[in-house]
Amino acid sequence: MGTSILIIAELKGSTLRRVTLEALGVAAALLHERSGDIACFLAGSNKADLELASKELARHGAHHVYVASGEAHQPIQALTSLPPILSIIKELKPQYIIAGHTAYGRELAPRLAAELKAGYIADIISMEEFEGQLQFTRPIYAGKAFETRTFHGTSPHLLTIRPNNFAPASVADDVEQANVEPIFITEEAATPLPSIVKNVVQRMSSSIDLTEAEIVVAGGRGVRGSDGFKLLQALADELGGAVGASRAACDAGYCDYSLQIGQTGKVVTPQLYIACGISGAIQHLAGMSQSRTIVAINKDPDAPIFSIADYGIVGDLFEVVPLLTAELKALHQ
Amino acid sequence: MKIIVLMKQTFDTEEKVEITNGMIEEHGAKFVINPYDEYALEEALRIKEQNGAEVIAITVGPERSSVALRTGLALGIDQAIMICDAEHGDHSYRIAALLAEVIKPLKPDLILAGLFAVDSGSGSVALQVAQLLQLPHASAAVKLRLGTAEELLIEDAPWSGTLALVDRDVEGDVETVVIPLPAVVTAQQGLNDPRYPSLPGIMKAKKKAIIERYPSELLAEVNQDDLSSSLTVRTALFPPSPRSAGKRLSGDGSQQTKQLLHSLIEANIIQRGGN
Ligand SMILES: Cc1cc2nc3c(=O)[nH]c(=O)nc-3n(C[C@H](O)[C@H](O)[C@H](O)COP(=O)(O)OP(=O)(O)OC[C@H]3O[C@@H](n4cnc5c(N)ncnc54)[C@H](O)[C@@H]3O)c2cc1C
Repeated sequence: MGTSILIIAELKGSTLRRVTLEALGVAAALLHERSGDIACFLAGSNKADLELASKELARHGAHHVYVASGEAHQPIQALTSLPPILSIIKELKPQYIIAGHTAYGRELAPRLAAELKAGYIADIISMEEFEGQLQFTRPIYAGKAFETRTFHGTSPHLLTIRPNNFAPASVADDVEQANVEPIFITEEAATPLPSIVKNVVQRMSSSIDLTEAEIVVAGGRGVRGSDGFKLLQALADELGGAVGASRAACDAGYCDYSLQIGQTGKVVTPQLYIACGISGAIQHLAGMSQSRTIVAINKDPDAPIFSIADYGIVGDLFEVVPLLTAELKALHQ
Repeated sequence: MKIIVLMKQTFDTEEKVEITNGMIEEHGAKFVINPYDEYALEEALRIKEQNGAEVIAITVGPERSSVALRTGLALGIDQAIMICDAEHGDHSYRIAALLAEVIKPLKPDLILAGLFAVDSGSGSVALQVAQLLQLPHASAAVKLRLGTAEELLIEDAPWSGTLALVDRDVEGDVETVVIPLPAVVTAQQGLNDPRYPSLPGIMKAKKKAIIERYPSELLAEVNQDDLSSSLTVRTALFPPSPRSAGKRLSGDGSQQTKQLLHSLIEANIIQRGGN
């Protein structure tokens, strides 16, 4: 019997989140040249979307796709997903269970850990094999330190991965693989713990998922208002990126809370992060300090953000941001 | 109503974090109540003030953690329980099992906790407690109302008794969920504005007792295999890789932007022809 890995897949709207494909990438790396199977669990309410997403999972290396479909899974909830996932685990006895470190994955993994008496390493950003042992690295202390952990107990082992830190699985060239038929879970698993979703107010203002964006232009209190955020949006559009914000900018009503980056908000790891009028409080850094390249635009030369910036511009964002947009426009012509 | 608040004393992450001999240097460090637990504690105190409730705070940790409970007492909690367990701070199943053992006989109506602790950052313990006690949960609450279905104007609730109507933050969206009590609710920033302890409160708290509990007694009922199977261990601890000393761009705005774009294109971070 080979290694078996279960991925908790996740849809956003009608398509798979990229972090799911990244989890499949991690699974492929875990299997490496070992024989084994990758199974996915996917929940949702629209059968057509689920079927398309299942094909997509198979194309990216899933050998089996288990689907829980129905109104109860709209929107997806950790509590409603738990019973079908537990029954799949009972059947497959996977060595690893991997989810994205998303709102959904963050809720599911601890419940699974307690139920399965399993080790859980959360929010990993890299993985390495050292002397035959798998080591997982994660940020702690709001990004002021990093730790590497290993599983010490018996499987299953639970992992959640930070979005945008692992390469997504490549598309399998195996034709047979792509023909995997989704297995719709029909029999009633145990009743979930009681919870009803009354209402969802979607505040996602842009079509790009911030956590998946390659480029983020973020504004803080220094942006001074929603008009200032329009300048950032113009720059983000020119770069093909998304707009983010600090807590202070959200609290001041300059932009929506869905744009908030940091400990309380979203954690992003883009290729390029441009912080405009953001001082660089630790709670903000916790959400972006892993960005590959950081640019800070701030008129205060002592702002802490400069200590983590690769490129610092001491200046007025109202001058610099439009200049950047104009220069880029010229470059792109 | 009986409310339990799960509290962790954490390193103040606003302070400098230093690593000596592969450990976080605690000497001279500042410790605080985990900020997200402060929201949980404040919410419990507000419920107590509005509807009357008994509030019990529980913490697991080394001796210094009792300071956090003292603060809780100064703020107005009724009872403080300290589970003395210094060594296993990152074994979340163990912590959850210890908490569950203490909580079970107390039969609380509501368990409040922070969304996660700012030191370890896993957000695991409170939800593991929920699973061990087979309680529903709502996480990342930004608004919490308690009452009967009638009081909360919920027409189609299939449950009688007290319910929690929770607005929760789901990656920036707001999802409103209803769960019947007893339940676990975790607090997100925005739930409330935590108060500070008053001087008379601090004075009074000094005289109050903190109940101590020990793993030796609590884990007697817990399966040892479950403790070992859930174990993960730290093999390394290190500071963030130092970023190559950032470059300050000089000149006027136009020169700075030109330099920046040039560097970003050179480094292949953006493309000349557009991304
Ligand atoms: C428990 C907890 C959780 C938190 N979570 C988060 C979180 O998730 N995300 C988050 O961001 N914060 C969070 N915070 C808040 C955080 O501590 C800071 O208050 C916040 O990040 C500050 O936002 P800011 O940098 O925009 O504002 P400020 O600190 O006010 O900084 C504004 C900056 O703009 C600069 N500036 C002003 N005008 C201009 C101009 N014209 N051109 C250029 N620069 C200019 C100023 O020099 C200054 O550096 C949290 C706090 C707590 C206690």
